[in-house]
Amino acid sequence: MSGESARVKLCLVVDDSRVVRKVARRILEDLGFGVAEAGDGAEALAWCRTAMPDVVLLDWNMPVMNGLEFLRRLRQEPAGAAPRVLFCSVESDLDRIREALEEGADEYIMKPFDGDIVASKLALAGAL
Amino acid sequence: MTSQDRELIARLCAERAGLRVDPDKAYLLENRLAPVARREGFASVHDLVCAIRDRDDDRLAWRAVEAMSPAETAFFREPQTFERIVGEALPDLAMRREGGTLRLWSAACGAGQEVYSLAMALEESAPAGVTIEVFASDLCERRLEKAQAGLYSPFEVQRGLSARRLVRHFEGRDEAFALSPRVRQMVRWRRVNLMEDLSRLGQFDLVLCRGVLGGLLEDARARVLANLERTLKPGGWLVLGANEAAPGLSALAGRPGFHTHGSGRAAA
Repeated sequence: MSGESARVKLCLVVDDSRVVRKVARRILEDLGFGVAEAGDGAEALAWCRTAMPDVVLLDWNMPVMNGLEFLRRLRQEPAGAAPRVLFCSVESDLDRIREALEEGADEYIMKPFDGDIVASKLALAGAL
Repeated sequence: MTSQDRELIARLCAERAGLRVDPDKAYLLENRLAPVARREGFASVHDLVCAIRDRDDDRLAWRAVEAMSPAETAFFREPQTFERIVGEALPDLAMRREGGTLRLWSAACGAGQEVYSLAMALEESAPAGVTIEVFASDLCERRLEKAQAGLYSPFEVQRGLSARRLVRHFEGRDEAFALSPRVRQMVRWRRVNLMEDLSRLGQFDLVLCRGVLGGLLEDARARVLANLERTLKPGGWLVLGANEAAPGLSALAGRPGFHTHGSGRAAA
């Protein structure tokens, strides 16, 4: 097996809810991802400047910097176009989902979610 | 449910639809039949089975058999199948039936996810120069009603359906998502038992029947396959699940599930 294919992909889970981060971590680790966590967009951006993740699972409504603002700034970072970004939010209005896609999100998960949905959406985003 | 109840249901499933139901799988039987019992006003699944047995109630017996039949619940399951249908099979058929009509059939459409996946893919990029008719059928009346309504929960639209297709083809409705009339109106519906004579349906250019054969008894599987093969126009395509085979047809190399008459014409 080559070094590239053996590398564990890193997913950054960005959500102000510790419970959601914990649930997402368990699902992602079961899918073979390494997981890092951030509680808001600003913390997530700092994380990305240190080590760009392969995937970002991103809440919309958060304090300090919301998900959409984080996504805009991420995409302007050097190498910021690379991570697959999956919004993961209670927002289920189609106009909001459209807005997230137009801003550069690769996929969109509506809460509540389960392992099957996360796996399906990661596959659709080309992140599995 | 008693063991006699489970054996009766397994026997009905085998006789009426060729379904292989293991009477020892008590949980599965209870799980599938409890909603039927509730809807029909019975206090328990046992009471439902007693009514089927004691009243010899044909309608109730069918409701039970229908509930035990397999159903696909994901959009775009095995997504390469849809890419191959739209990108290879239909252009090939369109070229040979120039100016004609292509008839496509989702033979066990469940609650609609498979046939609507096909309809969405066609809406996005159908071959030019032909008219396409899409038919869908299932054994289960209730699933057909749900399919025709085209209304899905957030959980359902997140299984296999991309967010881009969700915003393109659906409208928000309360806590659910309604498929656009544009896509819904592409499909015509009918209840069909694949064990019966299918000649009244006419013939098709492409038949999708995935995830059904594995749930059938051996004799029933052969009969259903023979029935499906008879519905294919010359040069038509039968699309099964990636691991399913049709011994009377030729499998296409490199395209799991795709079968046709003759020696297996290579798609472009």
